[in-house]
Amino acid sequence: MSFDRTDVEKIAHLARIALTDDEIPATTAKLSGILGLIDKMQAVDTRGVTPLAHPLETTQRLRPDTVTESNQRDAYQAIAPATEAGLYLVPKVIE
Amino acid sequence: MHEKTLAELSQALQSKTLSSVELTQHYLKRIETFDGKLNSYITVSPDLALNQAKAADERIAAGTATALTGIPLAHKDLFCTQGLRTSCGSKMLDNFIAPYESTVTQRFIDAGAVTLGKTNLDEFAMGSSTESSFYGPTRNPWDTERVPGGSSGGSAAAVAARLCAAATGTDTGGSIRQPAGFTALTGLKPTYGRVSRWGMIAYASSLDQGGPMARTAEDCALMLQAMAGFDDKDSTSVDQPVDNYSASLNDSLTGLRIGLPKEYFAGGLDAATADAIDAAVKQFQALGAEVKEISLPNAELAIPAYYVIAPAEASSNLSRFDGVRFGYRCNDPADLTDLYKRSRGEGFGPEVKRRIMVGAYALSAGYYDAYYLQAQKIRRLIKNDFMAAYEQVDVILCPTSPTPAFKIGEKIDDPVSLYLTDIYTITANLAGVPGIALPAGFANGLPLGMQLLGPYFSEARLLNIAHQYQQVTDWHQRAPAGY
Amino acid sequence: MQWEIVIGLEIHAQLTTASKIFSGSATTFGAEPNTQASLIDLGMPGTLPVLNAQAVRKAVKFGLAIDAEIGMTNVFARKNYFYPDLPKGYQTSQMDHPVVGKGFLDITLDDGTVKRVGVTRAHLEEDAGKSLHEDFQGMSGIDLNRAGTPLLEIVSEPDMRSAKEAVAYAKTVHSLVRYLGICDGNMAEGSLRCDCNVSIRPKGQAEFGTRCEIKNVNSFRFIEKAINTEVQRQIELIEDGGKVVQETRLYDPNKDETRSMRSKEEANDYRYFPCPDLLPVVLEPAFLEEVRAELPELPQQKRERFVSQFGLSTYDASVLSAQRELADYFEEVQRVCDDAKLAANWVMGELSSLLNKADLDIEQSPVSAAQLGGMIQRIKDNTISGKIAKMVFEALANGEGDSADAVIEAKGLKQVTDSGAIETMLDEVLAANAEQVEQYRAAEEAKRGKMFGFFVGQAMKASKGKANPQQVNELLRKKLDS
Repeated sequence: MSFDRTDVEKIAHLARIALTDDEIPATTAKLSGILGLIDKMQAVDTRGVTPLAHPLETTQRLRPDTVTESNQRDAYQAIAPATEAGLYLVPKVIE
Repeated sequence: MHEKTLAELSQALQSKTLSSVELTQHYLKRIETFDGKLNSYITVSPDLALNQAKAADERIAAGTATALTGIPLAHKDLFCTQGLRTSCGSKMLDNFIAPYESTVTQRFIDAGAVTLGKTNLDEFAMGSSTESSFYGPTRNPWDTERVPGGSSGGSAAAVAARLCAAATGTDTGGSIRQPAGFTALTGLKPTYGRVSRWGMIAYASSLDQGGPMARTAEDCALMLQAMAGFDDKDSTSVDQPVDNYSASLNDSLTGLRIGLPKEYFAGGLDAATADAIDAAVKQFQALGAEVKEISLPNAELAIPAYYVIAPAEASSNLSRFDGVRFGYRCNDPADLTDLYKRSRGEGFGPEVKRRIMVGAYALSAGYYDAYYLQAQKIRRLIKNDFMAAYEQVDVILCPTSPTPAFKIGEKIDDPVSLYLTDIYTITANLAGVPGIALPAGFANGLPLGMQLLGPYFSEARLLNIAHQYQQVTDWHQRAPAGY
Repeated sequence: MQWEIVIGLEIHAQLTTASKIFSGSATTFGAEPNTQASLIDLGMPGTLPVLNAQAVRKAVKFGLAIDAEIGMTNVFARKNYFYPDLPKGYQTSQMDHPVVGKGFLDITLDDGTVKRVGVTRAHLEEDAGKSLHEDFQGMSGIDLNRAGTPLLEIVSEPDMRSAKEAVAYAKTVHSLVRYLGICDGNMAEGSLRCDCNVSIRPKGQAEFGTRCEIKNVNSFRFIEKAINTEVQRQIELIEDGGKVVQETRLYDPNKDETRSMRSKEEANDYRYFPCPDLLPVVLEPAFLEEVRAELPELPQQKRERFVSQFGLSTYDASVLSAQRELADYFEEVQRVCDDAKLAANWVMGELSSLLNKADLDIEQSPVSAAQLGGMIQRIKDNTISGKIAKMVFEALANGEGDSADAVIEAKGLKQVTDSGAIETMLDEVLAANAEQVEQYRAAEEAKRGKMFGFFVGQAMKASKGKANPQQVNELLRKKLDS
């Protein structure tokens, strides 16, 4: 299977990535190539194989419920693109 | 002084025949002289380095030094360093000054090491050539028309050109070992979970692992000693004691069982590399090792599985770059969607965008089972292959890449051919096992690399084997002409 | 056409942990914006989550309380979508392997019947931040203090058939999580929020209709109104030949209508996958037993005990057991006065209305359980009448005495039970109302009842309410009928 322009536009939207009209043909071709590479997996019969998400298969450690953080708003917002009154600013959120 | 290995510099500092300030100034001067051409550093931090060097000299005088106190190092520019830009080689983070320190860099600070700067990398570590960096490609000091490998290509070039004593790298699919192979360095990818990922900006969380890049196995042992260990800030960090990596370097290799995976010596492998490994096999036999052929039957599936799992994780890991709290934000967004799309469209380079899209696709409704789940099942098969192999042998010996360093621009327009250069390194990341890359020879002036892969937490043994090999060979002592 | 309503609820309960689910930030409500947002909560590059042990413990407690299967190996997954209140671009949640699996809750309806509602699952996840819509030069402001607060999302089966059932279920969950001490249940502050999945189908049809999800309904009253409004909308839509579209809607209490949420309009593809920064959570059987041993008596068990032990009606028992603190108060009153029915009447009557008027919680009651119990004792031993008791209660509420006895003493409210004294007083009352006495005696038997009441009233008035009403009745009847 390979990508066409519509697929690429759909995925780019899902991933919130703007692609210019110029970028789309090359992106489509390259993504199709990558898809061709990964499609080689499809030939393998993996029935009965348990998926492996983490190599070591260890289990989650739990953290004691204690407050360890203090207010660092000024330091953290010093690197933010737009803030006001301690809030991060974004174009209007419409619900 | 730059001819000396890290271990030798450490001795010189401890014996006070050399001061850290002198050494640091020397490296800063070399960076100034050579890095215009090589582009191995994104950020050089002379003020920080000299302050640290002064403090290191005081610490040495006070007698509280560690082996790394006063040693000038460089860090791959995806370890967060408080107050010093961490760019990930991306326009997205060109203005990003992390408000905290990564565990790895903090451990080096605690050990008294000096930070010369942050090294170049493929954007967000996605690449095998350091060509996808927003800051331009890094050149290989062995041949400046060629790539140093990637993604830790800046670290590789900086160490190879003697612009630092050693450096940190990260390895998601071979990003320490392949560039080490391309630049005649020794580089170690530890067992997944051995080195904390806190503050190491994620590419693919279940594969990423930080490790050292240095001139020798002995140097890597000193570096890893500082880096390795449990960190309660990283859920995937393993709470297990750290071996003394330097202590076992001189252990004998008699009776060591080395496996050669037949799949790795089939078609596609460069003849010179194959010859170099043949020669290495003879060296290991001379050192008392037994060598036999083994099989990793699912190895050829590693690349497709990797190029599903890594992009899938990346597509999610990189969603936080949205122009709201840090990093690049587009001008005058019309609305929320425009803010996201243009900040990300303009802030990320083409390879990062491609991988994000591949990952989003592999996880999307209707494709999850065929791609993501299938890749995870293959990951299990690959892990099983390794576990079966380690029943028969202690370590696996194979090349780091099919060819020596290729030319800048040669593969840039063909992502698939670039992906295939990771064919020998990716399996270790999927299985989570450790691997050490070391120089095995030269062809036409270009370094040839090989790697040893071991069972989980066998770092000490891998360093020991590499060190023993380096006692009877001199590939690792060669320096690129002019450096 | 006869329509059947089908409702399922998704209840988000914020767990009462000190710190967040994956970071060491405080979870205190109402802090200055972004002062409780740590590196992890902000999704800063390179940061990693570590799971809070208490969040797991509280979720398991809930699972055990509803007899659910516990996910002995439960797994966190990432739900990927872009939204400004979601800093990482994904919500860490649970998908295929939740901590709590299938369980059930029994709810009591207004008519006293009990209905079993299935709980499909309950999973742990992180809360999002908040978008503030005050105008910052046409921009919205984002506060991430709430981001990372642990949530237990409790998903019901589509088992409810009316808005009233949905409310009863929500109240049952609310009561349970507070009993368990895992959520403070404060709906005004958003500690407990409810999404309602509503659909309709012709009565008798097996397949479900297309459902709409009404997001974030924040009071029991609004749950009922929102569902009824939405049902009406769906009925009208279908009867006009239209079709219900599956979508997310928002309830507007001011207009009493639901409207489509524009922001959630596009079909979401959340691309769930196991979170690679977190490992599977594996629970040991011993841990489950430890948590089970901590379970308090649950509302339903308490209700049943109130019926069997105290002989209360199911209704009274369920009112008194709905809230742990109220139940404890009632039981203390009962213990002191040893009369469950009187205790129940006073707690549900005078005390409740007092608390309602003053907008106080039971823990803040100005009349303690010991005081109320002591007062009821005095009703029982005829020291005061029920009517005088109300005065004593009021005095206690106003802090006019440490105990009922002290108030009775200070105000001289002790009931008169001396028959001689009562008779003298009655003779005076009858003498003063001689005309009415004549009329009474001349009246037909059937009309005498109401007239008798007049004399009782006059007598109680004359005694300032202190005469024992039973004795007044008896003696008065004797005198009038003789």
